[in-house]
Amino acid sequence: MFRSTVLICGGTGCTSSNSEKLITLMQAELVRLGLEKEVNVIKTGCFGLCALGPIVVVYPEGAFYSMVKEDDITEIVEEHLLKGRIVQRLLYSETVAEDTIKSLNQTSFYAKQKRVALRNCGVIDPEKIDEYIAVDGYAALGKALTELTPQQVIDTVKASGLRGRGGGGFPTGLKWSFAAANQADQKYVACNADEGDPGAFMDRSVLEGDPHAVLEAMAIAGYAIGANKGYIYVRAEYPIAVYRLNIAIAQAREYGLLGKNIFETGFDFDVEIRLGAGAFVCGEETALLNSIEGKRGEPRNRPPFPAVKGLYGKPTVLNNVETYANIPQIILNGAEWFAAMGTEKSKGTKVFALGGKINNTGLVEVPMGTTLREIVEEIGGGIPDGKKFKAAQTGGPSGGCIPPEHMDIEIDYDNLISIGSMMGSGGLIVMDEDSCMVDIAKFFLEFTVDESCGKCTPCRVGTKRLHEILERITAGQGELEDLDKLEALCYYIKENALCGLGQTAPNPVLSTLKYFRDEYEAHVVNKKCPAGVCKSLLSYFIIAEKCKGCTLCARVCPVGAISGTVKEPHVIDLNKCIKCGACIEKCKFGAIIKK
Amino acid sequence: MKSLAELKAIKEKTQAAVGMRQDNEDKIRILVGMATCGIAAGARPVLAALVEEVEKRNLHNVSVSQTGCIGVCQYEPVIEVVAPNEEKVTYVKVTAEKAVRIINDHIVNGNVVTEYTIGSVAK
Repeated sequence: MFRSTVLICGGTGCTSSNSEKLITLMQAELVRLGLEKEVNVIKTGCFGLCALGPIVVVYPEGAFYSMVKEDDITEIVEEHLLKGRIVQRLLYSETVAEDTIKSLNQTSFYAKQKRVALRNCGVIDPEKIDEYIAVDGYAALGKALTELTPQQVIDTVKASGLRGRGGGGFPTGLKWSFAAANQADQKYVACNADEGDPGAFMDRSVLEGDPHAVLEAMAIAGYAIGANKGYIYVRAEYPIAVYRLNIAIAQAREYGLLGKNIFETGFDFDVEIRLGAGAFVCGEETALLNSIEGKRGEPRNRPPFPAVKGLYGKPTVLNNVETYANIPQIILNGAEWFAAMGTEKSKGTKVFALGGKINNTGLVEVPMGTTLREIVEEIGGGIPDGKKFKAAQTGGPSGGCIPPEHMDIEIDYDNLISIGSMMGSGGLIVMDEDSCMVDIAKFFLEFTVDESCGKCTPCRVGTKRLHEILERITAGQGELEDLDKLEALCYYIKENALCGLGQTAPNPVLSTLKYFRDEYEAHVVNKKCPAGVCKSLLSYFIIAEKCKGCTLCARVCPVGAISGTVKEPHVIDLNKCIKCGACIEKCKFGAIIKK
Repeated sequence: MKSLAELKAIKEKTQAAVGMRQDNEDKIRILVGMATCGIAAGARPVLAALVEEVEKRNLHNVSVSQTGCIGVCQYEPVIEVVAPNEEKVTYVKVTAEKAVRIINDHIVNGNVVTEYTIGSVAK
């Protein structure tokens, strides 16, 4: 048995900052010191604290090393693993205590988290089925097949109050009961892993860190509705997730946990992967089903809903990755356990991908009903450089912006909708005072214009027109009546678009118009961008009193727009200035401003 | 795999290794002094014996880890047993055989092996 275990994060975040190399180096160092039989090195999934990657954790001490570089590996091996001296300088600062180390659960990032969907991410080796089994993996499938009837499984999921984590928030148990009630010679279970919201990566992390949980849950869903075939639709841009899923499927088949006659109960179930080419609309359920069938990824009319007529015209249950990741725990621990977490109408936990202007960029999982303030200020560690919070964007291109006055709102499906945003898949982008809300709305519209499939006119043409109006406003050519036009067009699109993508595309515009109308008006009436983002509305000036005449700005200006003599205040020629900001970056005296 | 029993067997085989990674404040911790003095005096076989014994007896609530120099180098190899809500016990001049007995008497049966403790040796 190994006396020590080294976990190195192999999620996409840490992999992109070279964690693979750390693993190779670590193994080589262990061999050099003859410790390879005593210390086990494991590549895990995401720990969540991506801002501090690459992350290396050593057990049994529980030492959490952050931002580890290649040069640090020898020190960790020689000091910690050979001599038992924890390398203090590499520890995540919050875990450092006088003469010991604090457990991760005591750090502000982890203390308020409750990991259900992410429970095995960063704990087990996702490429070894035995490790998943060690943490009760496939026990839920065993329990469902041998102790529960399909109806009891559905009742348990229903009673748990679990709602779809992909964005819509439809009760999962209800969806299953519809599909179960429809008689057909063939039914399907599908998993939506076409995560497309900018900034959201919880599904990827679950697939990378705990792929078996999704397979197990799909098999349970298959048993519940009477399906023996499953499809996972995952985007091809997630190579690590696809790779580990393939390994997981092969291992599960080898163990007989997928395939024929599982646990000798006569239940057959198998799963196939379908790779998506990265179209946002394919995350929409009916477009996704089309895409699995090899057709163009365009939405179908609903009804009929997939539970009635889904994949290949057969009853189909389609759930999101995070939804599935909750299922085995619900079956094992019971509906009451799950329903005890969260708010009245939204049970359990939700994973959020924290991004934007926040210190602890990464993945957090909190009980429903946690306030936005707790997530941003406590778990997220606040906003860098002491800047002020301006808004949080939830739900990606389908969601809206939450202003500071709603920071104490308890986050759940219904509360977010009531303030004009939505849960979406759980992207949470934080913006500070330097963000222009009109520009943010324009950014999301640009995304939906690109991603609109073109099948229905309100979305195809409407989002394009919305984007044009926003372009005009940010270019300083907007008029007051544009704001009314925007609003009217938004409501038109919401009411008439065919699928969820179009119906929610105007949300970023509507919510910023509602909460930040003064910024729109500043752009239109005063022709100014208060946050200093929209280039056309900005001019750069040098404050003569502060300028020391060091000439640095004149030298970095790429277009020679700055002139002046040494030790005398310089001036910017506004006609030549291209507003690149190079001068502001270089000025040591804070003498250059934009307004 | 054909049955739940087989699933359970795999779980039992692997859960000790995974269990090490879960923070659990109720764990009994055995610390082995592994600075230069400890290693020179033979702490490595002691550590190996402890780890082996813990595994053999399937003790899920015990973690064996290294620590630096405990400060009484003349008594190395030194190990400390830290159980929740109990006073720390320091054993000195430990050998692999003594380590096995410490696990058996102290960790499993709750009887401190007084003759190996620092108190009885220092007298």
